[in-house]
Amino acid sequence: MVAKVVTIVSGKGGVGKTTTAANIAVALASRGLKVTCVDGDIGLRNLDVVLGLENRIVYDLVDVTEGRCRLRQAMIRDKRLPELYLIPAAQTRDKTAVSPSDMVRLCDELRQEVDWIIIDSPAGIERGFKNAIAAADRVLVMTNPEVSAVRDADRVIGLLDAEEKGPAALIINRLDPAMVKRGDMLSVADVIDLLAIELIGIIPEDENVIVATNKGQPLALDGKSKAGLAFQNIARRLMGEQVPFMDLDSQNLFQRLLGRK
Amino acid sequence: MLALKSSIISGIMGETSSFIQIKGVRDGLLITLGGAPWPDLASAFVKNVDERSSFFNGARVALDVGTNELRVAELSSLRDQLSERGLSLWAVLSESPVTETTAQNLGLATRLSKPRRADYREPSEELPEDAAKWVKGPLRSGGRVLFEGNVVVMGDVNPGSEIVAGGSVIVWGRLRGVVHAGAHGDEQAFVCALELAPTQLRIAGEIAVSPKKQGKLRPEVASLKDGRLVAEPWQEVTGR
Repeated sequence: MVAKVVTIVSGKGGVGKTTTAANIAVALASRGLKVTCVDGDIGLRNLDVVLGLENRIVYDLVDVTEGRCRLRQAMIRDKRLPELYLIPAAQTRDKTAVSPSDMVRLCDELRQEVDWIIIDSPAGIERGFKNAIAAADRVLVMTNPEVSAVRDADRVIGLLDAEEKGPAALIINRLDPAMVKRGDMLSVADVIDLLAIELIGIIPEDENVIVATNKGQPLALDGKSKAGLAFQNIARRLMGEQVPFMDLDSQNLFQRLLGRK
Repeated sequence: MLALKSSIISGIMGETSSFIQIKGVRDGLLITLGGAPWPDLASAFVKNVDERSSFFNGARVALDVGTNELRVAELSSLRDQLSERGLSLWAVLSESPVTETTAQNLGLATRLSKPRRADYREPSEELPEDAAKWVKGPLRSGGRVLFEGNVVVMGDVNPGSEIVAGGSVIVWGRLRGVVHAGAHGDEQAFVCALELAPTQLRIAGEIAVSPKKQGKLRPEVASLKDGRLVAEPWQEVTGR
C-alpha cells in the first residue's frame, strides 16, 4: 500500500476543517479503505472529539516524533470502522513541537500501512500550517461563502502555489441555498470566480453537523443527511470517481406541498 | 546644525577605544556609539558633550546604540543628563529589540525619519523608461508586487494583494486589490484593467476608492486629470 496524503487547510478558523477531515476519513473508511487521520492542530486538538475517540488517547503525534512510542501505538483504532485510525495531536504542547520534516518522516512511515492519510491543519498560515502541508500529495482548501473566509482561502492558495503544493482543490462549506437565492450570500460561482481553482465539494448548511460533532458521531457514518452525502461525494471524488454536484435547490416534499418558493 | 549636513566628526575616546561618531542628518544630529560597554560609552559621550558644549547646545539628537541592550533606567538617565546640557534626545536606533522597546516606552522614536510610506523611496537604479515587470496572475491575497517601472499582470488581482509601481499598471483581468501607480510621484502614470474595481487606487500622491459598481464592468483607465483621479471607459479613451 502506498497511501495518498490529503491535507485540509483554510487559513481562517471555524470554517469546518476538522469536521470535514473527520467526515472524509469516515467516508473513505466506510468504502473499505484503510485510513489514518492525523490531527495537526497541536495544542488545540479537536479531531479526536469530533471522531468520538477522545477517551482512548494514550500516545499522541508528539510522542511519535520525539520517539516516546512507536507509530502503531499512537494510532487509535475506531470501533465503528475497523479500517479507520486516528493519530491525535498533543494537547499540552504547541506547534513548534513538530517540524515539517517530522511530518514528512511520519507520513513516509504511515504510507506503507494505509491507503489514505487525512491531515487536519490548524487555522493560520504559520508553523502548524507548514507542518500540515509538508507531506501532502493533495491539499483541499476549505472556505465558507463569506468574504473573510474567501479572502483567507485566496491567501492560502497563493502560499500553496509558492510551496509547490498546488493545484489545490476547493471545498465550500455551510452553503445556504436560500440565502444565496436572496442575494445575501456569496454563490458557488462567486467563490470560484475569485479563487479560480477546481471545486471538489459543496457542503450545505446543516444543523445535523453540530449535533453529530457534539456526539462524536460523524455524519458520513450514515450518509442520510445532505451534509453527510456531500462528505461521501467528496470522498468518492478523491478516489477519482466522477460524481455530479448535488442539486441543493430542490425543495423537499413538504415545502412543495405548501407551495413555498 | 543644518550646516553640518553629512559632515562626520569622529573621535577615538582614550583607553576604552569606544567611538563616538557624529553625523548631521535632516532631523538634527545622529550619534553612533559603539565599541565599549554601555556605562563607558554613556559617560564618554556626556564628557564629549561637556567639552564641546557650544557645539552641542540646543541640538536635537538621535542615538544609534548598535547592539547594546538598554533598560529604561540606563536610557532615561542618559536622556536626563543630555537634557541638563541643553540637548534633546528624540530617537534611539538599535539592533536590539529590548532597546527598541525601552525607547518606545520612553516615548522616543526608533526610526530616523518616517516617510509616509516606504514606497516613496527614490528609484534604486535607473531603468529604461519602458521597462515593465511581467506578472503571471492571479495575484492572490497577501501577494505584493513592487517595481520601479511599469507592471503588467496577466490575470486577476485579488483583494488583499498590492501592486506598487514607479510607472503605470496594466491588468489583463479583474483588478480588485490595492494599486499604486507612479509611486515616486509620476503624475503621468495610469492604471488600466479589464475590470477596474480596486480596493484602493493611488496615482502619485492621490488616493481614491472605487465607487460601488453594479452589473458588468467594462475595461477602464484611471489617470490624473488636473490633479484629480478619474476613471474612464477604455472605449471613450480610444475613441478620441
